[in-house]
Amino acid sequence: MIDLWFVIIAFLWTGYFVLEGFDFGVGLLAPFVSRTPAEQRQALQTIGPVWDGNEVWLITAVGAMFAAFPAWYAGMFSGFYIPVMLVLLGLIVRGVGLEWRGKVAKPFWCDLGITVGSALPAFVWGTVFADLLFGSATAALMGGVFSLAVCLLHGAVFLALRTDGPVRRRARTAALAVSVVVVPVAVVALSAVGTIPALAAMGAVAAATALVWRRREGWAFTAMAAALVLVSVAVFTELRGAPLPGLTLAEAASGPYTLTMLSWIGLIALPFVLGYQGWTYWVFRKRVTLPVVSSPPRATV
Amino acid sequence: MDALDLARWQFGVTTVYHFLFVPLTIGLGVFVAGLQTAWHRTGKEQYLRLTKFFGKLFLINFAMGVVTGIVQEFQFGMNWSEYSVFVGDVFGAPLAMEALLAFFMESTFLGLWIFGWDRLPKRVHLATIWAAAIGSNISAYFILAANAWMKHPVGYEVVDGKARMTDLWAVLTNSTALAQVPHVVGAAFVVAGGFVLAVCGYWLLRTKEDMWRSAARAALVMTAIAGAVVALTGDTSAKLMYEQQPMKLAAAEGLERDTAGAPFSIAPGIEIPKVLSFLSTNDPDAVVQGTEDLQARFEKEFGPGDYRPDETVVFWSFRVMIVFGMATVGLSVLGLWLMRRRREMPRWLARALLWALPLPLLAVTAGWLLSEVGRQPWTVAGELLTASSVSPGVSLAEVATSLAIFTLVYGALTVAEIVLLARHVRKGPDEHEPVPAAERREPSLMY
Repeated sequence: MIDLWFVIIAFLWTGYFVLEGFDFGVGLLAPFVSRTPAEQRQALQTIGPVWDGNEVWLITAVGAMFAAFPAWYAGMFSGFYIPVMLVLLGLIVRGVGLEWRGKVAKPFWCDLGITVGSALPAFVWGTVFADLLFGSATAALMGGVFSLAVCLLHGAVFLALRTDGPVRRRARTAALAVSVVVVPVAVVALSAVGTIPALAAMGAVAAATALVWRRREGWAFTAMAAALVLVSVAVFTELRGAPLPGLTLAEAASGPYTLTMLSWIGLIALPFVLGYQGWTYWVFRKRVTLPVVSSPPRATV
Repeated sequence: MDALDLARWQFGVTTVYHFLFVPLTIGLGVFVAGLQTAWHRTGKEQYLRLTKFFGKLFLINFAMGVVTGIVQEFQFGMNWSEYSVFVGDVFGAPLAMEALLAFFMESTFLGLWIFGWDRLPKRVHLATIWAAAIGSNISAYFILAANAWMKHPVGYEVVDGKARMTDLWAVLTNSTALAQVPHVVGAAFVVAGGFVLAVCGYWLLRTKEDMWRSAARAALVMTAIAGAVVALTGDTSAKLMYEQQPMKLAAAEGLERDTAGAPFSIAPGIEIPKVLSFLSTNDPDAVVQGTEDLQARFEKEFGPGDYRPDETVVFWSFRVMIVFGMATVGLSVLGLWLMRRRREMPRWLARALLWALPLPLLAVTAGWLLSEVGRQPWTVAGELLTASSVSPGVSLAEVATSLAIFTLVYGALTVAEIVLLARHVRKGPDEHEPVPAAERREPSLMY
C-alpha cells in the first residue's frame, strides 16, 4: 500500500511536469515568438483553456502527499521554505497574469507576471529535486537550469505543434535554438543521475531535437513528454529509499486505513479526471490560428 | 514577536484574504450558470449579455481565488509542519479529495467554458459552466470538513503521538461540518448576491434598461434565500458550539461564570435575559458555561496554561458578523417587497445596495475570525496546541520574509483587482451580441 501511494504521488508529479512543463515554456516564449499583439495572444491561447487544469496536478500531488505521507509533505515544504515560497509567488503572478491579460488596457504587467511566474517555478522545482537527490548547491543550481531549459524546449515544441503561420515557424526556430543549450545541459545533469531512465531521458531529448529538425512536431512533442516522464521516473526511483534525508517512506506514511480509503477514492475519481482532461485537449485539438478579422477593437491601443 | 506569532499572522492574513474571493467564486459561478440557463431557455439576448458580463467579472475574481488557494495548501507544510505531521492522516484526506474530486472539475470545465463558446454545442457549453460551479461548491464542502475536524475532531485515534483516521465517513459527516457547510456556502451566496446587487444598483441609477431589473430581482431572491439558510444554520451552529466548543461560545458572549438562564449580550452592559440559554439549548433556564469556570476545568484536564481565546476579537467579530450579515439580507428582503409585481427599484435602494457592497465581505471575515480565533489556543481541539503546531526548523527571518512578500503582493493585487472590476462594471455589457460570424474565431472571453 505504501509503495502504491508512492507510485501514485510520483504519477501525479509526473503529470504536473509533463503538462505544466509546456505551460511554463509557452509562458516564457510567447513574447519571443510573436511580432504583434495578435500573435502573442495566439501563442498564449494554446495554453489558455488548459493551464489551470494542468496546475491542479500539482495541487493534487501535494494534497496526496499531505494525506498519504504527512511527514514527507511537512518536511519538504518546511525544509525548502524559501524555494516553495518562490514557487507560490510565481504561480500567483502567472495565474493572475494569464487570467487578467485579456481584460486590461495594456498587458505589460500581466506579461511580466506571466514571464516571471513561468520562470520561477520552472527553475525552482529543478533546484528542489536536484537538492533532494544530490544535496549540494551546485547540483541544485544545475537542476534548476536543467528544468528551466527542458520547460523552454517542451514549450517551444508545444507551440510549434499547436499554432500555425509565423508563430509556428518561429517556435520551431526557438526549439532548435533552445536545444543548443538543452542537449548539453541534459547530458551533464542526467549522466550525474546515471540510471537507466535518466540515460533514456537523455536519448528522448536528443530525439525530440532531431524530430523538430525534421518537422515532425507531433512526434517531437511525444518525445519531450517521454523525456519528462523518464526524468520523473529517474527522480522518484532515487527518492524511494529516502524521500527526505533521514526519512523512510514507512516512517512518513499514513496508516493502512487512510491509504486504503484514499486508494478507493483515487481509483474511482482518476479515470474521470483523465477522461475529461483528455476531452479538453480533444475539443481544442485544432491549431490556433490568427483571427480572420485582423484583431478585435480592444487590441488597438 | 517570535516565529509562532508571525506564522499565525501569515495564516490569518492569507486565509482572510483568500476568503474574500472564494465566496464570490462559489456564489457568482452558480449565478452566471443560472443566467446562461435563462438565455438557453428563453433565447432572450439580454440574458446572454448578462452571462458574458457577469462571467467576465467572475473570471477576474476567480483567478485570485485560485492563486491564493494554492498558498493555503502549501503553508500547512511550510509554517505548520508539526501540525501537518500530527493531523495528516486525517486532515490530508479531505484536502486530497478536494483536489481530485472538485478542483480538477472546476478548473478543467471552466477552461472549456471560457474557450468553448464557439467550439462546443450550446447545451454542452451550458453544462461546462454548471460543472465548474458545482465543482467550487463541492470543493467548499471538503475544505470545510477538514476545517470542522480541527474544532470537533471525530473518527480518529491517537497512536504514537499522531492522529490516525479510523472512520472516514465520520470525518465527512462530522456534525460540525454539516452545520458549517450550509452556513458558509449560504454566506457565499449572500456575498455574491450583494456583489451582483451593487453592480445592478450602479446601473439602475444610470439607466432604465430592463436587463438590470431582471438581474437585480434574481439576485434579491438568491440573497434572501441564502440569508435564510445562513440564519437557520447559524442557529444550529450555536447549539453545536454549546456542546462542542463551550469556550468559544462563552468568549463570544463575554460570559465569565457558569450561568443558569444566561442572558444574550447585545453589547457590553446591554443584555436580554435568558436568551443565550434559549438559543444554545432551546431551554431558557439551561446552564451555559463561562470562560473562567471553563479555564479552571481545562487546567484540571490538560494541565496549566491559558485556554481562553482573545475575548475581545471573538466577542466583537460575532456581533459584526450578525449585524452586517443581517443588514445585507434585510436589504434584499426589503428590495423584494419594493420590487414586487414588476415595480421599479427605488433610487435610494439602488444607492443603498451599491454602498452595502462591503458589508457581506466584512460579515464573512468576521465569521472566520470568530470561528478560528475562537478555536485558540488549539489547532485541534483538545489534542494539539497552536504553539506545538508550528514548524520547528523555520526561522523568524524566513516567516517574516514570506509574510512581508505575501502581504505586499496581495495588497498590490487587491488594488489591481478592484480597479479592474470597477472598470469592467463601468464599461457594462458588450453591445454587439451575438457577434458576427467573421469575428467569432476569437472567443470574446479570452486572454
